[in-house]
Amino acid sequence: MDRNSNIYTIFFATVVVIVIGVLLSLAAMGLKPLQEQNKRQEKMMDIMYTIGVDQDFLTSEVIAQGLKLNYKLIEQYFNKYFLKQYALTSEGEIDESVNAFDINLKTEIKKPEKEQRYPIFIAQKDGKTYYVIPLYGKGLWDDIWGYIALEEDLNTVKGVKFGHKGETPGLGAEITKKWFEDQFKGEKIFDKDGTFRGITLLKGNKDPENKDKEDHEIDAISGSTLTSNGVTNMIQERLKHYLPFFEKIRNQKNK
Amino acid sequence: MAKKHKWIDLVKDPLNENNPITVQVLGICSALAITVKLMPAIVMALSVMVVLAFSNVIISLMRNYIPNRIRIIIQLLVVAALVILVDQILKAYAYDVSKQLSVFVGLIITNCIVMGRLEAFALGNKPWDSFLDGIGNGAGYGLVLIIVAFFRELLGSGTLFDKQVIPDSFYEMGYVNNAMMLLPAMALITLGIYIWVQRSMYPQLTEKD
Repeated sequence: MDRNSNIYTIFFATVVVIVIGVLLSLAAMGLKPLQEQNKRQEKMMDIMYTIGVDQDFLTSEVIAQGLKLNYKLIEQYFNKYFLKQYALTSEGEIDESVNAFDINLKTEIKKPEKEQRYPIFIAQKDGKTYYVIPLYGKGLWDDIWGYIALEEDLNTVKGVKFGHKGETPGLGAEITKKWFEDQFKGEKIFDKDGTFRGITLLKGNKDPENKDKEDHEIDAISGSTLTSNGVTNMIQERLKHYLPFFEKIRNQKNK
Repeated sequence: MAKKHKWIDLVKDPLNENNPITVQVLGICSALAITVKLMPAIVMALSVMVVLAFSNVIISLMRNYIPNRIRIIIQLLVVAALVILVDQILKAYAYDVSKQLSVFVGLIITNCIVMGRLEAFALGNKPWDSFLDGIGNGAGYGLVLIIVAFFRELLGSGTLFDKQVIPDSFYEMGYVNNAMMLLPAMALITLGIYIWVQRSMYPQLTEKD
């Protein structure tokens, strides 16, 4: 057969496309459960990290029992600490019909404020309550996200965890490093009058060692102004939706 | 075309005398982008090697059946399919690594080395030779990536494989990591120095005017 005839060319192209299409869809379908599981596992690990349950801790716990850390065990630990998960409305009411863990902020954040559901994870650890709030926003190049854990007073930061899609390696991408995340510990998000301030990443901070925990400021990473602004805005934007809920919890406590 | 190749040369040549990056000048873009840290560079090198070797074999097996007019499209299709497979497998079994590589795995498709080797070698040679050519060129690409990443990570972050190697006492004496090394511009300069050193060691590589 003539290898350069039109019919042969079309026939050849069709066969190749079909074969490759079938192969790829089989692979995608076969691997999907594992990939989904990886994503859920990462999310649980990130959330637990903010309340001080990190990978090293979990690994040593599990090894002490003679086991290896896997998805099932991680889920067990997650459920042990996080007894309550709520999807909140913009008024701070609990919406029972939505599973908080399954909310995908990337798509959720595009909805109008009233229609969004705001997930919050409430943990019990060593007799203390922690509130973990997922964050999502824009960095310099692409999306950034994270989790912030507040202590019982709903003011002091217990810990944070950040992630990013494509910030500059060595500059903006440093937000995911431990030394940077650790700076947030102990910062306050409300000022003394009870006004919501959030946490600002600032250059030329007067307090580069971050000893003052009342100033709502963290020393920004030099060379990554736009990523730092993104983090500041993300914290500001996300947390403000939880203020009605915080108010309710405080009122309950005072009763 | 049916030249006899010694298998050792097929693997060895691309490491130095016919290196895909420094001599054939292919695949520069990914070499600049992915060499900030050693670990992603190594995984990237392995991924490229796998894709290169297998696409070379597949195209070589099909070489007598591919219609000439659509051969580039067919090559692209095979490469794209392999890249998606690699990406999916990394996401399922090596999630952390796939996160670090992010878009760059997908960009193997646009890596000129792959298309270049398919056109220049696989279309005219037997599968086994093509396989070795893929391994060789993948290794040559990886070698340069790893050397460049070594210097960039060491001088830019003071670490190797994310472990600090420059002692704290250096920093106390006023040593500062060179943040320029983290940017693509310095990758190009590092690569340039590499090519310079290589060509002064092997003068036969220098083009005659």
